[in-house]
Amino acid sequence: MASFTTTTTVDDPRISLGGGGILPPVLGGRGDDGSGSPNYTTRLRRARLGLIVAVTPILMLFVSFTSAYIVRQGLPTLDPQTNLLVKDWIPVKLPALLLVNTVVLLLSSLGMELARRQFRGEAALVSGGTASEVSSTEQNKMPWLGMTLVLGLLFLFGQWTAWKQLGASGFYVSSTASSSFVYLLTGTHAVHLMGGVLALLVASIAALFRRASARRSIVIDVTAWYWHFMAALWVYILCLLEFAR
Amino acid sequence: MQAAHAHEAPQGFIRKWIFSLDHKVIGLQYYFLALAAVFVGMFLSLLMRIHLIWPTATLPFFGEIKPETYLSLLTMHGTIMVFFVLTTAPQGGFGNYFLPIQIGAPDMAFPVLNMLSFWTTFLGFIVLLAAFFVTGGAPLHGWTGYAPLSALQSAGPGEGLGADLWITSIAIFCIGALMGALNFITTTLDMRAKGMTMMRMPLTVWAWFITAILGLLAFGVLLSAGILLLMDRNLGTSFFVPLVTVNGQLTGHKGGSPLLWQHLFWFFGHPEVYIAILPAMGLCSQLLSVFSRKPIFGYKAMVYAMLSIGFLGFMVWGHHMFMSGMSPYTAFAFSIMTMGIGVPSAIKTFNWLGTLWRGRIRFHSPMLFAIGFVSLFVTGGISGPFLAQPVLDIYLHETYFVIAHFHLIMGVASIFGIFAATYYWFPKMFGKMMNEPLAKLHFWLTFIGAYAIFMPMHYYGMAAGLRRYSQSTEVAYILKLLPLQRFISIAAFITIASQFIFLFNLFWSMWKGKKASDNPWEATTLEWTTATPPPHDNFSGKTPVVHNGPYEYSVPGAPRDFVMQSDPEIEPAH
Repeated sequence: MASFTTTTTVDDPRISLGGGGILPPVLGGRGDDGSGSPNYTTRLRRARLGLIVAVTPILMLFVSFTSAYIVRQGLPTLDPQTNLLVKDWIPVKLPALLLVNTVVLLLSSLGMELARRQFRGEAALVSGGTASEVSSTEQNKMPWLGMTLVLGLLFLFGQWTAWKQLGASGFYVSSTASSSFVYLLTGTHAVHLMGGVLALLVASIAALFRRASARRSIVIDVTAWYWHFMAALWVYILCLLEFAR
Repeated sequence: MQAAHAHEAPQGFIRKWIFSLDHKVIGLQYYFLALAAVFVGMFLSLLMRIHLIWPTATLPFFGEIKPETYLSLLTMHGTIMVFFVLTTAPQGGFGNYFLPIQIGAPDMAFPVLNMLSFWTTFLGFIVLLAAFFVTGGAPLHGWTGYAPLSALQSAGPGEGLGADLWITSIAIFCIGALMGALNFITTTLDMRAKGMTMMRMPLTVWAWFITAILGLLAFGVLLSAGILLLMDRNLGTSFFVPLVTVNGQLTGHKGGSPLLWQHLFWFFGHPEVYIAILPAMGLCSQLLSVFSRKPIFGYKAMVYAMLSIGFLGFMVWGHHMFMSGMSPYTAFAFSIMTMGIGVPSAIKTFNWLGTLWRGRIRFHSPMLFAIGFVSLFVTGGISGPFLAQPVLDIYLHETYFVIAHFHLIMGVASIFGIFAATYYWFPKMFGKMMNEPLAKLHFWLTFIGAYAIFMPMHYYGMAAGLRRYSQSTEVAYILKLLPLQRFISIAAFITIASQFIFLFNLFWSMWKGKKASDNPWEATTLEWTTATPPPHDNFSGKTPVVHNGPYEYSVPGAPRDFVMQSDPEIEPAH
């Protein structure tokens, strides 16, 4: 079994500005030499670029929800009894639990970042040699990845509980326009976070079998950035629902 | 995250042709999906044309056509054509097949995602077709799905399960299209061969790239509208449904805004028009240059014109809503922006003509379709500035004038792009030539047929012939226009019949066509440097290096009248 030390140079795509840099080539030319499979740096850059592109439609989704939210808020509706236009927007009092959930999600984001850094170092080792097992460095690691996963699931459970609380206070999906939006925004966010949880689950199972590979490190790196995006998106949603209600 | 071309060429039938990771196979899958869809869509239009001139005729599959049956034919025709033909074939089909080859890449950036995007789209098509076979039949709210008609289960016979399937299909399609766009953008930015700078990319690649960006921004919005609509339909929310009664009964919804649907839909819907037409624009720029044996006139202007068309495409959605009672000031702004699109469009047309000007034109079938595209683009485009003016649009909006406009520019022009691409790339895709006399016959019948169908519709519209009417026999002034409808229908029958020439030519040539050389058109882009059909990794392990621009034809001093992109660098003579 190959043994590596942690002093191997980390091939971080952020540093190099050449063909293997984080920015895709403007003047043409791939990061790899074109023969066989592309190297780790190229693949990481490509995956990150893919993530940036993938995040755009998610952003557009929430941009349209936000614009619908704001439009609907200002819209008067016809009261059939009086035949007059009235404002029917009833602000939803958000459960305090959402604040706890926010802290949980932010903590998980922190854990995710630590996990990302952990696996990045390891992947650099792998990319230096063959993609075989590198088990010697994995013995005494903090289980950041598992922690993130648990916190992520805890957040989803917390959201579920918050919906139950909302329902108990009389705000169901179809009760009023404002509550429809609360469920819509939090629900869509939760679905997107589940995608991240799924990716982490796959990566964790791979980690459990100690199959260190550049590929897993890339999955974790990209999932980490996605996870941070989800955390930021959640803070935005919470602010929107709290301050623009 | 799969390494781009680490996968070996698969051997089994299922891995090779069904769940393939090869962008070329996926491209062909998209193409044949679109081919199946276009014949379904065309069959529906045939039924509508028959019904319009013989209102009492009993039709196959649908029996007697009631007004609501007509509306569901119209809805499904539009939806199938817009999503599963005009969006699928030029981008998913040819884009998938040729974008990686033209930039010198071995595959798309994320092959697994690419496969998923096709199968998602395929699933969307199946779900859409299923709407025909459920209780109540297909929905009748048109391809634009205006609420509250589309948002209420009780609004009509097709508005139950049929409409649910329709909106689910659209949502599935959005997800597939987004995955495709993700691949196109990443591949174009990150996988170009050495020397393939952005400004050396063929205009086809530019067009696919810009189309992908448009799709990326637009389909997310349609998806959001779809989610809201599904919630309105099934969870009792009121995003789009105001206080409304159906058959005198209150629906339980209140306070929603039908206009909100229109805004969200058209914010997607207008860029969608460009998603359909931009690949055809890129392709025709390419073909006009290849077959005129001249460099494209104003390459950079073409790129910037496409970029500005894409950008302006997001600013003009309101021109579909002049009828909605919007503020005249808003309408004015949308109107000005819309007419602004005329500028880059005119630049493109000018450059196309400039490319043809004094060229040594080879009238092969792809060229005929490319010239046909320019003609249709001008004819269909010229009615745009009419409709862009609110005062005129209020009169013309509900008439056949609009039908003529968007069919010419978005439908037929884009279909001509698909035909041109088929005739042009068929040798590369299948290693055989298509039959040229049949192709020319197909061109002339289709070209004349398209004009014969859609030109009279302008007149029919100006004479206030209303669209979406299933019968024109009940209204006196429309009844007088029945001969015109008859003429249109007969033209449509002939044009539809002539499409079978194409279908025959396509499959017959695959089997019996003359063997094609590697570069039968003497073109310069990278797909013509590789074997025919291209090997699994496109270039047999030799990554091409690019030294020249994509349109180096008739270069003074060059040994041939064309210089391939991978040939040694030529002296800049101009």
